Amino acid sequence: MKYIDEYRKREIALKYSEEIQRITRGNWTIMEVCGGQTHAIVKFGIDHLLPSNITLLHGPGCPVCVTPIEIIDVALQIAALPEVIFCSFGDMLRVPGSREDLLAIKAQGGDVRIVYSPLDALEMAKKYRDKQVVFFAIGFETTAPANAMAVYQAHRQNIENFSLLVSHVLVPPAMKAILDAQESNVDGFLAAGHVCTVMGYEEYEDIAQNYEVPIVVTGFEPVDILQGIYMCILQLEKRQHKVENQYSRVVKREGNTTAQKLMEEVFAVVPQKWRGMDVIAQSGFDLRGKYQTFCARRRFAVEEITVQESTPCISGEILRGVKKPCDCPLFAKQCSPENPLGATMVSSEGACAAYYQYRH
Amino acid sequence: MDDKQRFTWQCPAPQQQSKISMAHGGGGKLMHDLIHNAFIPAWDNPILQQNSDSAALGVGKTKLAFTTDSYVVQPLFFPGGDIGSLAVNGTVNDLAVRGARPLYLSVAMILEEGLEVETLFQIVESMRKAANDANVQIVTGDTKVVDKGSGDGIFVNTSGIGIIENDLDVAPKSICDKDVIIVSGDVGRHGIAIMAVREGLRFESTIVSDCAAFANVTQQLLEASIEIHCMRDLTRGGLATALIEIAQAANKGIHITETSVPVDEGVRGACEILGLDPLYTANEGRFVCIVPQKDAQHTLQILQQYNERACVIGEVEEDGCGLQISSCLGVKRIARMLSGTQLPRIC
Repeated sequence: MKYIDEYRKREIALKYSEEIQRITRGNWTIMEVCGGQTHAIVKFGIDHLLPSNITLLHGPGCPVCVTPIEIIDVALQIAALPEVIFCSFGDMLRVPGSREDLLAIKAQGGDVRIVYSPLDALEMAKKYRDKQVVFFAIGFETTAPANAMAVYQAHRQNIENFSLLVSHVLVPPAMKAILDAQESNVDGFLAAGHVCTVMGYEEYEDIAQNYEVPIVVTGFEPVDILQGIYMCILQLEKRQHKVENQYSRVVKREGNTTAQKLMEEVFAVVPQKWRGMDVIAQSGFDLRGKYQTFCARRRFAVEEITVQESTPCISGEILRGVKKPCDCPLFAKQCSPENPLGATMVSSEGACAAYYQYRH
Repeated sequence: MDDKQRFTWQCPAPQQQSKISMAHGGGGKLMHDLIHNAFIPAWDNPILQQNSDSAALGVGKTKLAFTTDSYVVQPLFFPGGDIGSLAVNGTVNDLAVRGARPLYLSVAMILEEGLEVETLFQIVESMRKAANDANVQIVTGDTKVVDKGSGDGIFVNTSGIGIIENDLDVAPKSICDKDVIIVSGDVGRHGIAIMAVREGLRFESTIVSDCAAFANVTQQLLEASIEIHCMRDLTRGGLATALIEIAQAANKGIHITETSVPVDEGVRGACEILGLDPLYTANEGRFVCIVPQKDAQHTLQILQQYNERACVIGEVEEDGCGLQISSCLGVKRIARMLSGTQLPRIC
């Protein structure tokens, strides 16, 4: 398959592996930001092709994992309402709130549906005018443009029975929070290719300069990731710290400006709670101004509960890159995808779930 | 001790799951746990313990295979088949992979009030044709109608009986070290074909389900005196789940190479877009066949007469218990059963 097979070629991957071995002198810790990259690293065994003095840390870039438990509880309450058709991306359905998940609400009679785009949910709202159609708008900068478009269209077309339950997160503030933490030992980043497709990478240039860390915008296939690591190590060995673009077949420095304008129109940047990481300033989106009438939280009177994560779970430390899944005494014992105790076990892109599926 | 006392319900699901969810029917770990924690302990007997696609029964000197399956697919009609052909082929295949020659089927229909009679006729005709093609007779049946809203148009159950005319025990426990794993064709078509129609996904070319009976193929393997150790119908949980089940039941290791598993380009593309793994995606006309090395070439020759993409994908290993997959980079990883069904991911 074009654009896939050439990036999964063993001989090219091994060539990068050899080159990385050849150039690496120091001990380096690199964090891949995106859960898709974590999944690929563990699935394809990319870390096995690296010298022992390179450590890969898995970052906070799994949108399902970092969605706060309180929002899931709000989603469960809204989804259980008889007048509501609750639409979500598939992998949010089994993410547990404090008591149950959306699949359980469906089993109890709630009208919960998987959609592939928020625009499908908007179409549903047009079709079922006597119902309230709510879309669970979660994710990073990647999913935000389509969610913004759905609200923009709902406003233009006056679709009053449509709303979004918004829990959007932004990558750069999370990277800064990781670097600001005293415990941080991240020497370089592989930035998330898809996020940069939308946002570009200008905003990463300040981070690279101020924190003196190399950042390589990287794709998701094995050769992409190995090349990203190679570029990052090359900078580290030369004591450089700039933003480079490995994923240049997709990402431009300025990103997708049409999408950015639409997001600015619809969303305002707000403080946001991250599951496992607490509140990070200016790290989320909420609907702004006239679009707030499409906010499901404002539309439905649901109680918000503050919930404590189970204390023995170390997913916060995993998301901050301080620990790895196998460091957790609960991993694959009390905690598994069937009974996840924390954020990183709940989605297939979470670091714990990836280790459980492919390594344990 | 009475039955009530002896039987303990060990709930396999996390405590918050006090109700059955769709994941319990997804062919993954939750369903596996349900069977092993609820059904088998309650109904336990040596035949049930065979834990295979069909039960092998001794009746006098005759060895029979017996199986049942229910079909609840939506949409009722999809590219490559419909609920009727699926209900016949699925049960025929469950008999075939036990090394049996399928003979007779029963059909039970649960119809929802309001179902178009024309739709029912189309399904019945499709079943007639599928039964003819598979050389089986539908010999008994039952019909029930439920209130509107209590069903989903039509549910079909078929049970099947076949005769085992060989001395082989085609079952996981028969697999040996160095046995060769062969798949009968490309995998993942049915799951993606159904998902595409159900969710209104449009791809460049229509993905057609692999829905078909393959008893004629397995019969030819048996007639060629191939020493089949195990066969498994690839259904809901896909190739990976089937191999994990075999490996666990046999207490052996199975190793496959990911790049050797045939997957149609369209199916691969759809899986890439949706974040699904074709190794865990449903099939309805494919099987794996585990044979000793001496018979591998002959098996392949026969399978390739029916599907040129049939190929060797791996072997049984001395060490370990479970499935290991070598990635395209040559690195081995462990494969686990999924918790429930695969869900398309966010980005």
